[in-house]
Order: sequence, then structure tokens, then C-alpha cells
Amino acid sequence: MVGKPEPVNGTATAKTGPSPSPATSMSGLKPDLLNNLSFKTLKLKTKQQELLIRVSILCLVYILAFITRLFSVLRYESMIHEFDPYFNYRTTLYLTEKGFYDFWNWFDSESWYPLGRIIGGTLYPGLMVTAALIYWTLRFLSFAVHIREVCVLTAPFFASNTTLVAYFFGKEIWDTGAGLVAAALIAICPGYISRSVAGSYDNEGVAIFALLLTFYLFVKAVNTGSLAWALASAFGYFYMVSAWGGYVFIINLIPLYVLVLLITGRYSMRLYVAYNCTYIIGMLLAMQIRFVGFQHVQSGEHMAAMGVFFLMQVFYFLDWVRHLLSDTKMFQAFLRITVTCAVGVGAVALGVGTASGYISPWTGRFYSLLDPTYAKDHIPIIASVSEHQPTAWSSFMFDFHILLFLFPAGLYFCFKRLSDATIFIVMYGLTSMYFAGVMVRLILVATPAVCLISAIAVSATIKNLTQLVRAKNKVSQTGSTKGGSSTKGSSKGSVDQSQPFQRNGATVLLFGAFYLLSKYATHCTWVTSEAYSSPSIVLAARGAHGNRVIFDDYREAYFWLRQNTPPDAKVMSWWDYGYQITAMGNRTVIVDNNTWNNTHIATVGRAMSSYEDEAYEIMRSLDVDYVLVVFGGVTGYSSDDINKFLWMVRIGGGVFPVIKEPDYLVNGEYRVDKGAAPKMLNCLMYKLSYYRFGELTTEYGKPPGYDRARGVEIGNKDIKLEHLEEAFTTSNWIVRIYKVKPPNNRW
Amino acid sequence: MDALRSLGRVIVAFWILSHLSLLAYSSSPQDLQILNAERRIDLSSHIVKVFLTLKVENTGASPVSEVLLAFPPTQVDHIASLKAALTVGKKKKKSYVPLEVNPTDLPDAPNQTKYFSISLLNPLNAGETATLEVLYILTHSLEPFPAEINQAESQLVYYRDSAIILSPYYIKQQTTFIRTPSTKVESFTRVESTNRAGTEIKYGPYKDRPAYSYSPVIVHFENNKPFAVVEELVREVEISHWGNLQITEHYRLSHAGARHKGVFSRVEYQSRPSSGGISSFKYLLARLPPRVHSVFYRDEIGNISSSHLRIDYLKSDLEIEPRYPLFGGWKATFVIGYGLPLEDFLFESPDGRRYLNFTFGCPLAETVVDKLIIKVVLPEGSKDPSAVVPFSVKQHLEIKYSYLDVAGRTVVVLEKENVVPEHNSPFQVYYSFNPIFMLAEPLMLVSTFFFVFMASIAYLHIDFSICKTSS
Repeated sequence: MVGKPEPVNGTATAKTGPSPSPATSMSGLKPDLLNNLSFKTLKLKTKQQELLIRVSILCLVYILAFITRLFSVLRYESMIHEFDPYFNYRTTLYLTEKGFYDFWNWFDSESWYPLGRIIGGTLYPGLMVTAALIYWTLRFLSFAVHIREVCVLTAPFFASNTTLVAYFFGKEIWDTGAGLVAAALIAICPGYISRSVAGSYDNEGVAIFALLLTFYLFVKAVNTGSLAWALASAFGYFYMVSAWGGYVFIINLIPLYVLVLLITGRYSMRLYVAYNCTYIIGMLLAMQIRFVGFQHVQSGEHMAAMGVFFLMQVFYFLDWVRHLLSDTKMFQAFLRITVTCAVGVGAVALGVGTASGYISPWTGRFYSLLDPTYAKDHIPIIASVSEHQPTAWSSFMFDFHILLFLFPAGLYFCFKRLSDATIFIVMYGLTSMYFAGVMVRLILVATPAVCLISAIAVSATIKNLTQLVRAKNKVSQTGSTKGGSSTKGSSKGSVDQSQPFQRNGATVLLFGAFYLLSKYATHCTWVTSEAYSSPSIVLAARGAHGNRVIFDDYREAYFWLRQNTPPDAKVMSWWDYGYQITAMGNRTVIVDNNTWNNTHIATVGRAMSSYEDEAYEIMRSLDVDYVLVVFGGVTGYSSDDINKFLWMVRIGGGVFPVIKEPDYLVNGEYRVDKGAAPKMLNCLMYKLSYYRFGELTTEYGKPPGYDRARGVEIGNKDIKLEHLEEAFTTSNWIVRIYKVKPPNNRW
Repeated sequence: MDALRSLGRVIVAFWILSHLSLLAYSSSPQDLQILNAERRIDLSSHIVKVFLTLKVENTGASPVSEVLLAFPPTQVDHIASLKAALTVGKKKKKSYVPLEVNPTDLPDAPNQTKYFSISLLNPLNAGETATLEVLYILTHSLEPFPAEINQAESQLVYYRDSAIILSPYYIKQQTTFIRTPSTKVESFTRVESTNRAGTEIKYGPYKDRPAYSYSPVIVHFENNKPFAVVEELVREVEISHWGNLQITEHYRLSHAGARHKGVFSRVEYQSRPSSGGISSFKYLLARLPPRVHSVFYRDEIGNISSSHLRIDYLKSDLEIEPRYPLFGGWKATFVIGYGLPLEDFLFESPDGRRYLNFTFGCPLAETVVDKLIIKVVLPEGSKDPSAVVPFSVKQHLEIKYSYLDVAGRTVVVLEKENVVPEHNSPFQVYYSFNPIFMLAEPLMLVSTFFFVFMASIAYLHIDFSICKTSS
């Protein structure tokens, strides 16, 4: 049973040919259409039917990918989600209002007070420029849309486009069937939806599209050896570089792939053209992005691509020499010398470059990808972000569902039919799977590969099975037309004796496959609606009577800041809320989510974990007017500042050794009740979170001052503030804002 | 003060002398005298309403067609609206005939006194009397004192006026009643025969006061009513001949009472509603027309989820809550939008033009609007717009580009300052419109799609390849 489909598969590959080139098949299709679309007959030919079905499936997938991401708009409203998207939204707003040059030269004094931030030089402008272009286009077509709507819908729009790219990619590496399945799978895959729902206006939204497009164009270039496709791939790479820092993955994966092809002896002129053109033009284009600059020739992370580039030249040179030299022995000797020289020169260049400081060493983020434990020991600021944690098995299952099982099956099919394209997808799949295991957020990068490889598995399996089932149908049809018994049909030579069992088996398996796929669809929809469609600015909970309760405290506080504080007020908060305060509150912040200056963040961490009078000195030196803390004790909202507090201590302590983590722990345990460490009970964060909380009864039958987020009665109910005063607390106490008092008169 | 008054009298004397020689036109003040004046000042909210009943007698020889009202210059800037009516008939069959009121200038007004003249329908003949009812509304006339209060304190305000009615005429008898919102009155100026009973302070009756008598009084009392002031309100009314009237209102609201100082404590505010924020307000009521639909309430950073809408046959009540309670000096901006069925508001006038009949003013109850801008967006292709508003407003035209507009829509912009709920009266905007323009935008869309499909069919039929590859 298992062995049987193989010959069918073999024949299928034989039919498709070793290098499927759609260009030829398309041009072959057009004259056909020309002939067949004559109005003599309305009946469509098989090829036309196929085209019609294919196009309508693609259209449906395109629409599905868009609308499945609109849950958040329907559940909540058309709004920007989370943290980073608020920065992107703010910059996009600036871009559309002030124009590109102002945006490019923007020095933002509203963040990182007193340092400021050169926005134009420290961001990937691809997303903002894309949204602004869409906005300007719509405006030009006289659609009076608001820029916010454009930003909210950018990610779903690009997700839809990604399905198209996935289709063409699938078609390139396998066949149109696999392309269609890939498009359908990626349209609803939770791993991708998590970063591309409406409102999640983040770099990844367009970057995954750009990533897949670059890969597709590169594979296309390798398959055809065409300069045009390689050029297109370079531009795709340029778009990717402009959109997301994850371009480093491309600039390392493509050389790795080329290296594998070289090692496996698949070197060809096509590969030479594709890689050289993509690399050189892509690199030159990428240098136009200010944030990337000369990294392509100066940073250690980009050296692999350059090394492979030179290796390609060596290969070409050797090829040429072999062409000239007829003597194999001489060639072998020459080869040995050249390779040794090349590797030696390369190693020396790298060594000299690194030693002289011309080539910068790998960054911490890059290290932490290769060694998952690196960040935990060396860079607490990276380790503190929840999406940088290693991935749990459950989240793999949550984000991929059946694709997790289909992925190895797809790899099997790929290995069965190795070509340049399938080698690429296998390498992309395996490396991205590794990265997905290292960091939760990199599941996103793995998703297209997983979908494509799974699509190959699904498509190939279903194709094989349907061929079996259709054979049976033909038989039964011929049987019925002949009017005789069905056994007569089996007299046809092509059908062997074990077929009845096989057909039934195939039917059962087909049903199984459809069952699995429908389960996948329901799972994806469920995950999208339950887990990935919450904006995290607005919190929703079920009330006592089953009604929906909305906690809109964040916006309440930010809007209060925006309206009722002096326009030049400086707000200190933990860096998580920096982007939101500048975007929604329109006030200057000390630190924000662009964690470029660790010392500055550590200073804020130190202020938060010091006693009030020490903290006051720090706040005075930073000109802080307001302090904002997030507190979930009343509502039971667990991702508040008290729960993040240990990271503040760690990051603060990493720079200022006066802050020691053990001071805040009791026997290695973190607690806020009576048994808490004295330093904990009197540090600024504790005081600001629990100020006058001891007077409040939060839950029936519990003493006043019962913290619902941690389930304990707080240890310090009598909090006096000396240098700060409560300025505003939101209706559910989630955000509390304190005003820093001016110093007392000294006389 | 006395010196001032005597100076006033001197000026008046001169003024009278100078005019006596002219024996001027029938409206000369000296021809009239006020037999009885009663003034009721309502201070129960932050909008001060003054009801004035005047019994005027013509003592001159010639008929008089205008009656003058005088206001001190400090007060005249705060007058939002002034209406006068003539009382007709006796007690049971009493009815009121509205009269026209216009600001006028007299050449030698003492102390920059400002005047409004009431034009009588029929001139008042010699010896006749008429009873006039005057209602005027003052905004920003309550001055908080102390100017800054903390969360628990209630808000005390000053009201300044004169115990004696300022008038260019001789007044035989007059009384002034001042009504405060509660019995908590800190202090008030005592002039002879001043009485206070409950929430009412009575000045008078005063007899035989000459023209331009003035006696300043200050009332210092508690007023915790919401001092809701909309600093600027932009109402955009967009007419779509497809059957919808879309209204979008941009508010810039502030609490114009005593400024909040110091701490805002949520514990106090939540646990002791009576004392922990008595001067603040949280709810606002917007009266919208009936059959309202697709209501939204949002601000720059998104939807505000605290609002309730009750719809009945006569009106729709939209109860909105700003994101946070407003204390003195705090501000909030927000946008309310709603749709209305067009047939309730758009009519065809006999000459074939169309006109929109809509309510001027602010839908929020008990609010003052410092600056109101109404923008009526007419459909694309409409011509000759003209607005008819029952009071004076600034007008100009704009062009707005909305969805699929080529030529842009004409916008009639009406601007008025100092608007109170009394201005919620209908106004009309007339324009002519050819219904064929309604089809322009759908046709544009249809043709675009048509061309897209044609282009794709053409693309599928044309072979673009340069050299033929044999399949």
C-alpha cells in the first residue's frame, strides 16, 4: 500500500520534466486560449477549466487571507496593536504629513530624553514608505481614507500578497497543485497570522512578503539563469532590507544554499549568474538604507555572503582553467593550490579585518540565535522580552498544527525529487526551523517554509490518491456503460489485482487528508479569533453575567497625559510603554522600545528599584515630570510592572552594581506580601504601584489591599510618598501616573 | 463709586441736553419711562439666564418704535443670546410676540455702555404702555474663587452684577431676584432692602431710580454644576443624495470651573463620590435627532467605549462619558458621528431648489460653545448655495474632496462664537442640484471595472513573446 504510489509519482515527475519552466508552459497556454476562446462554443476546454479553477481558487485564497485577519477589527475596532506598531504608526503619520525628506532627516527629541533619537538613521523605512505610498495612491484615486486605516490594513493586504507569492513559489519548486495548497495553507497559518492581523502594523507584516518574494525570485533566477529574474531578486532583497532586520537571514541563507550546491556538485552557469547579480546589486541597493549602510562589507554577519561570492569566482576560474587544461593531473594540482590559496587569503583577510576593527564582530542578537543561552548570561535586555524566549513545543503545535507532521513528509518528497529548487526549500525549512526553536518570534520566518514543504506533501499525496480513485471511477464508468458486471472492467491491462483494496484505501486516506485539512482550517480560525486578535491596548474580560467588560485604561491614561499635562512634560516609565506614550500620549519619554541605549534603560531600572529619595535624585537629573507605572492588582492583569520588576533590577544591576538582585528576593523567592524583602517593600516601583492600594477592597471576602494579580495581601499598606504625588490613576487602576514634585524651598 | 455715578449723571445730563435741542427722532430715551421692571437672574448652572420684564410707558409726545436696553461693557461681551417679546393680552390669554433685537450704538454712551434696541411692531403712541419680556443669556460670567481647588473641595464662584437695572430710562419701580443653585451662599453684597430666602436673593424693590443708575453687587456661592465649555466645535454635515446625512462633530471640551490642583486620588474618587470630586463631571448628554443610526464616539487614539444610546420617536439621547472625569482645567477632545435619514432634513422648495433644514447649535445639553463652525458639505455638482440662519453668523465657502470626487464638493461654512443651547434653532441651506450628478460616481466605478476586465481579456488574448518557443 505504501509502496504502491511510487511508480505513479515517478510517472508524474517524468511528465513534468526535470526543470519545469513556467515561461514556456505559459506561452504554450496562450495560443491555446486564443484558439479555444472563440465564441463558437461556450464549453470550456480542460485547460481553460483548469485556469478558471486555479484563478478562482487563488482569488478566494487571496480574499480569505485578508478577511481572516479582520477578527480584531470586528471584535474591537480599527486600531493599532501592541507596542512597536505604535512607533511605526507615528513615523508613518510624520512621513505623510511632512514628506519623505523630513522623515529621512528626522531627529526625534520626544524619545530618549535627553539624548534624542535620529529616527531616519535608525529605522527600517520600508513599512512606513509602503503604507505612505498606499495612502498617497488611494488619495490620488480620491479615496478619502485615513492613514490609520491604511496602517491597520497593511499587514492583511501583504498577507494576501504573500499567498500569491507562495503560489508561484510552490509552482516553481513543485507544481501548480502544490502552489495552490501552499497559498491556502499560508493564508490561514497561525504562525504567520500572529504577526499580520489587522492592526499589527509591524515590520514583519511586509517583511515576510518581501522575504518570500526574494527567495522565490532567487530560485526562479537559479532555475532559469536569467539576469532579469536575478535583478528582480536583488530588488526584492532591497525591499526586504528596507523593511526588516531579518534580512540577515537571507544574506546568510542564500550563500549557504549556494555553498551546498557547490559542494554537491550542482554548480552551473545559472547559479553563477543568479548569485552574482543578486548579491552585487542587492548589496549596492541595501547600502542605500541608512540604518544598514556599509554593514554589507563591514559586519561579520554579512561576511559569509562575500566569502561565497569570491568562492564563486574561484569556481568559475577553475572551470575556465579546466576547460583550458586537458591534463587531469595538472588540473588536480592546480586545484589544490588555488583552493588552498583562496581559503588562506580569505582567512587572512577576515582575520586582519576583524583584528583591525574594520569588520565588526557579530552582534549580541546574532550570537543569541546561534547560542540560545548567550542572551540570558550576557544581555538581559534581550532575554527580558517574552518573544525572545526559546519556543515551547506547545507553541509549535499551536502555530503549525498539522503542518508540524506534514513538514517531515514534505521533506521526504523533496528529497525524492532533488532539484536546485527543492534543495533551496529544504535548506530554508531546516534552518528556519532551527531558528524557530531558538526564539518564539522566529516561528514567523519558518512559517512560509513549513507551509511550502507541507504543501508539497499534501499536494503529492492527494495527487497520488486521486489518481488511484479516478482510475476506479473510470473503471466503474466503463463498467456501467458496458452494462456488464464490474469485474469486466478489471480486465484492462493497466489495472492489477490488488486494486479494489487499494481504491478503498485511497478513498479512506483521501477522506483522512480532508479531515485533517478541515481540522487545520478550524484550528487556524479558532487560534486567530481567540489568541491573535487582541490589540493588547484594550483588554477584554468576561463579566459576572457573561457580558463583555472592556478595560480601556491604557488609552485613558495616555489620553489624559496628552490633554492635561504640559506639552513638554517628560514621562518616565519602563521602556515597554515608551512607544505608546509618545504615539498616544504625545509626550517625551526617557526610554522606549527601541532599546538602543542599555545604560539609559538601566538608569530607569535603577530609579525604579531604588528608595524614593535616591530615585528622586535620578529623576531630577533626567528632568522627569511624570512617572507612569502599570499595575494589575485591582483587575488581576498579570503583565504589569511588578511582575516585570525583576528585569528592571537585573538590567539596572547590569550597569549599576549598587542594585543587587538578591536584595529584592527572600530565599530566592520573589514576593510582595508581608514576607517580602525590606528593599522590595520600599523601592520606588513598589511604592508607586501600591500607593493607597491598602485602603481598597478588591475582592469580596479578602482583606483590603489584596493583590488579585499575585493573589496575596500586600506587605506594605502604609505608603507615604515624599517627592511624588498621585496625578492620575485610571478607572481600573491599570495605569498610575505620578507627578514629580519640584524641590522644596531651601530657606 | 458714588463719584462715578455722579459723573454718569452729569454725562447723562449733558447728553439729554444735547439731544433735547434736536427733539430727535421718536426713539429718544427721554420719551420713555419704565413703570415696573422685574429681573430674575438664574445662576443655577454655569450659563446665566436673565429674565427681564419691563413695563414701558411713552411719556413723550410722539410715537416711539424702539426700546433700548443698556448693558455695561463687561457684560455685553458675555451675552450669548438676547431675545425680546411683546406680551399681548391679559393674564389668561397671554401670548408673546417675538420682536427684533439689534445692537446699536449711541453717540454719547456713558462709560461705554452698550445698547440693544428692541424694535416694536407697532409704534407706542403717547401715553400707551407695553409689557416686554426680555431673555438674555450670559456665558463665562461666573468667576471661580478660589481659582484653584483640590479634589474634595466644592467650587465657589462670584457673580457680579448691579442691584439696580442699568437702563437709559427712568425706572419707577424695580426688583431683582437672584437664584443660586443651592442654599450655600458664602456672601453677597447687601444693598438697602436685600432679602435672602432659601435659594433666592432679592434686591429691591427700588423706586424712582434715574437713568443709568448702577449699584454693583457680588454674590459668592457654591456651584458644582458641570462647567462644560466646548472651546471649539466643528460640525460637519455631509449630504448624500443616496439617502443619508452624515454628521461628524469634533469637540474640544474643557472644564471651565476652578482649576484642579494637587493630587487626583482614585481611591477618594471611587469610594466617596460626594466629596471625592464633587466639582468634576463625568457624563455628558447629547440630544440627537430621532432615527439616528451608526453612531460613533471616538478620539484621536481610538474608540471610547463608554457611551449609551437611547432612541425613541422624538429624540435620541446619547450619553457619553469622556475617558476620564473632568476636573477644573482638564480638557478632552472627542468626535461624535452619526447618520440620519435624508428625508427628515432635506426638502424641495417651491422654486425647485433643495434645502437642508437642520439644527444650529451644539447637541450637548447645558454647554457653552466658544466657537462653533458648521460645515455643510453639499453633494458634488450642486450650485448657488445660500444659507438662512436666524441670527448673525460669519459665512464663507470651501471645497472638500471626499470619496471619488473630481471637482470637489462645495462646503458652506457657518461660524459663530459664544453659542448656548438657546441657539438650537433650525437653519436652512439652499442649493440647486441636478440629480444626474448622483450617477457620476457609480458610473466611474463601473467604467473602471469594465476597463480592468477588458484589459485582462485583451492581455490573455495577445501574445507578448518576442520569439516563439515551440512547446
